[in-house]
Amino acid sequence: MAGINWSDSTVEAAGIKLHVARAGRGRPVMVLHHETGTLDRLPFYDALANHYDVLVPHHPGFSRSQRPEWMRNTRDIAVIYRGLLGTLGLRDAALIGLGFGGWIAAEMASMAPADLSHLVLVGAMGIKPPEGDILDLALTGYIDYARAGFHDQKAFDRVYGAAPSTDQLEMWDICREMSFRIAWKPYMYSQTLPHLLGAVRAPALVVWGNEDKVVPASAGKRYVEALPHAKLHVVKSCGHCVDMEQPEVLAKLVTDFIGRE
Amino acid sequence: MHLMYFTEQPMSAYPEEAGRDFGATALMLSNKHFDPVAGSRLYNNYIEQYMLAEEVGVDGIMLNEHHNAPFCMQAKANIFASILAGMTKKVKIVMLGNPLPLAENPIRLAEELAMIDMISKGRLVSGFVRGGGQEQLATGVNPAFNRERFEEAHELVVQAWTKTGPFRFEGTHYQHRVVNPWAVPLQKPYPRVWIPGVISKETIIWAAQQRYPYIALNTSIEQTKKIWELYDNTAAQVGYVGGPENRGYLIQVHISDSEEKAIENAKQFRWMQGEFTGLAHPVWSTPSGYSSPSNRRQFVEFAAGRADNPRASTTFEQQVADLRIICGTPKTVVAKLKRILEETRPGILALWGNDGRVSQEDSLTCIRLMGTEVFPALREIAKSLDLKSPFEAEAPVHLRYSKDLKPAKAAAAE
Repeated sequence: MAGINWSDSTVEAAGIKLHVARAGRGRPVMVLHHETGTLDRLPFYDALANHYDVLVPHHPGFSRSQRPEWMRNTRDIAVIYRGLLGTLGLRDAALIGLGFGGWIAAEMASMAPADLSHLVLVGAMGIKPPEGDILDLALTGYIDYARAGFHDQKAFDRVYGAAPSTDQLEMWDICREMSFRIAWKPYMYSQTLPHLLGAVRAPALVVWGNEDKVVPASAGKRYVEALPHAKLHVVKSCGHCVDMEQPEVLAKLVTDFIGRE
Repeated sequence: MHLMYFTEQPMSAYPEEAGRDFGATALMLSNKHFDPVAGSRLYNNYIEQYMLAEEVGVDGIMLNEHHNAPFCMQAKANIFASILAGMTKKVKIVMLGNPLPLAENPIRLAEELAMIDMISKGRLVSGFVRGGGQEQLATGVNPAFNRERFEEAHELVVQAWTKTGPFRFEGTHYQHRVVNPWAVPLQKPYPRVWIPGVISKETIIWAAQQRYPYIALNTSIEQTKKIWELYDNTAAQVGYVGGPENRGYLIQVHISDSEEKAIENAKQFRWMQGEFTGLAHPVWSTPSGYSSPSNRRQFVEFAAGRADNPRASTTFEQQVADLRIICGTPKTVVAKLKRILEETRPGILALWGNDGRVSQEDSLTCIRLMGTEVFPALREIAKSLDLKSPFEAEAPVHLRYSKDLKPAKAAAAE
């Protein structure tokens, strides 16, 4: 996807410096990345920027954004992003949450149900899976964890390289530490979130790889039950990181759902 | 000189091959391999060892705790401390220590320790530790706040011991509407606190700032000297001069009536596949946020198999050559320990006497020789080197009780 012109900027929110990548024009679409942080550029982000005004903020304490020492839970990030959308004057954004970012997106939806065009959750954390457990960062090696997000290991190699750099490992460790600071116990879910999603009026698309080894598919079904206007789409032969493993498939699902502009 | 006996209380009846096959001997190695019949026998063996240690005149018995691992059977140091408080008469009960961050309610800990101090008639030394990485996972405590919880729990315990209640405590990690324990320590201002550690500079600096003795755990002579340099520099900054009364050292020493048997038994110090605390899964032993950020790169490289363990162990022969393991008859052991005392000048010395599958009979022989031959000789050496323990030096329990503080420059010049 050549010709996408990304701009990187630092935006201050709640006293912390947030890194925000932005490209494209049209409806504002905020993409919320995984617990493993994000690479600066990804084919999925490019594909969306062909159609929308895409914002990819790096979560506080993850990747290029500053760590707020005071932050204690994932909902804090959702509040900060609600503030960020206000600061940038963006209304009725669509939210696309990937894994841990799905939890943040769901929290944001619950906070301001009237200010949301579409909600897309992909392998989202944030709800206790009725069956099975969320794969635990604390018990899994850096590379093993990142690889567990992919059904097709060649896709992992394409994104991170067959042997990820030590810089990448260090970044995963920083992201891991921040995940512990805000999602340690209960691990990677909120006990109250499912009860707060009933007011979300916007249409929601819940996407799950049928080979997801990180978040059990039962959590996807629970999201569909909790959100009033949600439907589930299962992607075949795909692991947890649908955005990185099958970026074209996910981009098409999203553009079909939100509409092309 | 304060001389102590220590054992990790090894769960020596676990099947070694199970750990090797699994690839780790902590946290997730299944407890189906824990045999409570053997456990009952071993716990009682350790009580017998401690009672003999008191009988042969050791100054202190050092206790510790670990979780989910065969290298140490003590899951709660306060239980053994309570047993010793009731069963012994003279020895100091030296806990090195209670893992503060693992406490969800530090006031409960303060109460237990106060009870141990009163029951033992003032024989408690209450050391505190951060707990190993795996301990955080075994108890569900957030590793990213380990150091913050350590410092805050320490503050709360000391307040519970020294401040008249009831009062309220509103911290970052601990909030208590009523602090008013009806159990306070017998020793005043409060029981001595000693801080053991291995590599964390932050802990050495913190201990020196409190004026708490730091106990170096099985470090090499060179590492130990660096620790004292950092400790003494910090001491000078806060206004006192560091000395033997601030320095403790734990070393693996097996004593026997024959050199051959001593060497054979000393090899058991490496019974956990040559590792200090067993085969570790790096991600479990150093969870993200547990270690200081300056070690981050080194640890991720190690975790990914790209670098050696920063705490790497060496061969038995090398450890003997480096005097990290000492073994032999009392005569040879005393000669080697003399060198350690001369080079590193501690006022507190703990001998880690027996490990792994050393028989109970040989363990008791080791303790008997330690108390009757090695320790008397070490006391003489310590006297000639002027190595005073915190008790002999009448060192203040905490910096705030110091009467000799000097401005930083004057202290540094001494």
